[in-house]
Amino acid sequence: MSKYTEDDLKKELETKQYEYGFYTDIESDTLPAGLSEEIVIAISKKKEEPSWMTDWRLDAFKIWKQMKEPNWANVKYKKPDFQKISYYSAPSNKPKYNSLDEVDPELLATFKKLGISVDEQKKLSGVAMDVVIDSVSVATTFKDTLNERGIIFCSINEAIKNHPELVKKYIGSIVPKTDNFYAALNSAVFSDGSFVYIPKGVKCPMELSTYFRINEAGTGQFERTLVVADKGSFVSYLEGCSAPSRDENQLHAAVVELIALDDAEIKYSTVQNWYPGDSKGNGGVYNFVTKRGLCEKNAKISWTQVETGSAVTWKYPSCILKGDNAVGEFYSIAVTNNFQQADTGTKMIHLGNNTKSTIISKGISAGKSQNSYRGLVHISPRANNARNFSQCDSLLIGNKCGAHTFPYIETKNKSAQVEHEATTSKIGEDQIFYCNQRGIETEKAIALIINGFSRDVLNKLPMEFAVEAQKLLEISLEGSVG
Amino acid sequence: MLKINNLHAQIEDKKILNGINLNIKAGEIHAIMGPNGSGKSTLASVIAGKEDYEITKGEMLFNDNSIDELSAEERAHKGIFMSFQYPIEIPGVTITNFIKTAINETRKARGEKDMPASQMLKLLREKCSMLGIDRKFLSRSINDGFSGGEKKRNEIFQMAMLEPTLAILDETDSGLDIDALKIVASGVNKLKKKDNAIVIITHYQRLLDYIIPDYVHVLFDGKIVKSGKKDLAVELEKKGYDWIKEEINN
Repeated sequence: MSKYTEDDLKKELETKQYEYGFYTDIESDTLPAGLSEEIVIAISKKKEEPSWMTDWRLDAFKIWKQMKEPNWANVKYKKPDFQKISYYSAPSNKPKYNSLDEVDPELLATFKKLGISVDEQKKLSGVAMDVVIDSVSVATTFKDTLNERGIIFCSINEAIKNHPELVKKYIGSIVPKTDNFYAALNSAVFSDGSFVYIPKGVKCPMELSTYFRINEAGTGQFERTLVVADKGSFVSYLEGCSAPSRDENQLHAAVVELIALDDAEIKYSTVQNWYPGDSKGNGGVYNFVTKRGLCEKNAKISWTQVETGSAVTWKYPSCILKGDNAVGEFYSIAVTNNFQQADTGTKMIHLGNNTKSTIISKGISAGKSQNSYRGLVHISPRANNARNFSQCDSLLIGNKCGAHTFPYIETKNKSAQVEHEATTSKIGEDQIFYCNQRGIETEKAIALIINGFSRDVLNKLPMEFAVEAQKLLEISLEGSVG
Repeated sequence: MLKINNLHAQIEDKKILNGINLNIKAGEIHAIMGPNGSGKSTLASVIAGKEDYEITKGEMLFNDNSIDELSAEERAHKGIFMSFQYPIEIPGVTITNFIKTAINETRKARGEKDMPASQMLKLLREKCSMLGIDRKFLSRSINDGFSGGEKKRNEIFQMAMLEPTLAILDETDSGLDIDALKIVASGVNKLKKKDNAIVIITHYQRLLDYIIPDYVHVLFDGKIVKSGKKDLAVELEKKGYDWIKEEINN
């Protein structure tokens, strides 16, 4: 299992192509730009979906048309022209580049600094992967081990075809089509994504991983992920992203729904490294994501995220603690450099008795970037003895960036205990000089200080992800001190 | 080893060092004493390469090469170490991780490979037992919530690990009670070798009861106004600094 290499994957990709007959005679299978009922139907058709799914999408499209783009987040950007985006693209048979010379050298340098490719690291450590290249899932590995335990790990499209009862029951149950502008858009046009089902009492024996990439220019990425952990089960899911360099802004609007039934636990870890734009603020990915999980009785959902990429990030992985004794956790490191903007945080909705939530947020801002934490802790009237602990720390590098904290606390039950701690600090010249004096050059010193600052969250990541995340932090902040 | 010729330095427009001359050879311990504001800590920072200070005249030679243009880390790589008067906190970074990074960065600069983990571990153990440090101490965040004594002991521990050629101890005795002072002093004495040199910067002579200097210099108004042996320190302790001021003014 650990011997699975890049070559093996390539071979697998070559042989698997024919399973997806729809692009046998077309090299680049991209729908015309723009969004209409016809396009929604066309996407559904390309995916060979049953009619109930087509209707579901059309309903979402109707809802979306009546909605307005939200503008309450602390970010400024040029609104995308939704009629200029192509909403579907399958991988082309033709390689994008003939040789490495054609690839943006800055991007290659980044890959080099990362040491090994994100893919390879996971394969070496035996992590199962569901590779998503430009919206179509083309390879799924380690299926046998999972099959033996009754675990379903496949693309959402396969799930719609093969497990309609599960998808019908849960899709849109946590993030309804009406939830927000981008969730509605995603519901109408989602092209692919992952589906996970862990049966009752089963502990998933490996970390499940999806590796997202944006490949073709001008195509939006609308992933849909649905993870269902049945009673008493456990799963750890990894999501990692990196995007090739692009000049025009790219839109990414994913929806992730997690369902943890009684006594189940879901650990969801993300390392996000979408293209952040260049040092002058040109280009970069817009990342408008809706992530939410539901915890039934005694269930636990833990979100861990390391956000280093994207020009604009708008993301609030949340937990609805519905059942008694449910536990929600959110551990986040958000790094912004140059002209990046991030507005990220979480919502912890306490509905059940004795529900507990923990929020640890570490925001790091450098360059001319703006980094905001936005979080809600809501304790409903019937949630007795609910507890929350929140800690929001911000670290500033330089004089031109900003850190903002918007904590909202709504407590409607007197027995609740809610704690909120916040700090803002700056990497001091004294700290840098101290490191310099010990022979540690400034960039390395910053990396060291950042790693120390982020340690509480890095510790929550699975080992192989933590290594990758540390390197990403260093790379993201390169040149931030001058 | 370190030769300072007519060194003038200032911060913004404030002149602090006004012509320092100093010659430190391998195997020597020098003490630099002086009243508050005489420029003692500035001298330490200027030797270590703190960028806030501007050298306006003179030069510093380290093993016959000028270090005036070198960055702080380059000086560190050459073997210059400073024990800070106020050691800086770096939350979340353990002492082990910090010192490992420092050692490997220095090795890298010298064209050597990273120190193998087993060797690093052995070195950590060795220096801990030499300085009487509990190894649990090494997993704490650097200087974060440390007592005054712990901070200074951590500085001496780093000195032991880095094995500098020239160590400048800036007010290492400040904020220490007598027991902590003895521990730190005995650590420094153990690190003293024939091929390295130590500069002790201090206001009081009490540290010099435990670390015996070869030379004592009195700094006043950014200049060394008097040099002598250990008995000069004793005299200063008895009479204070006023008599020196008078001597200069006459």
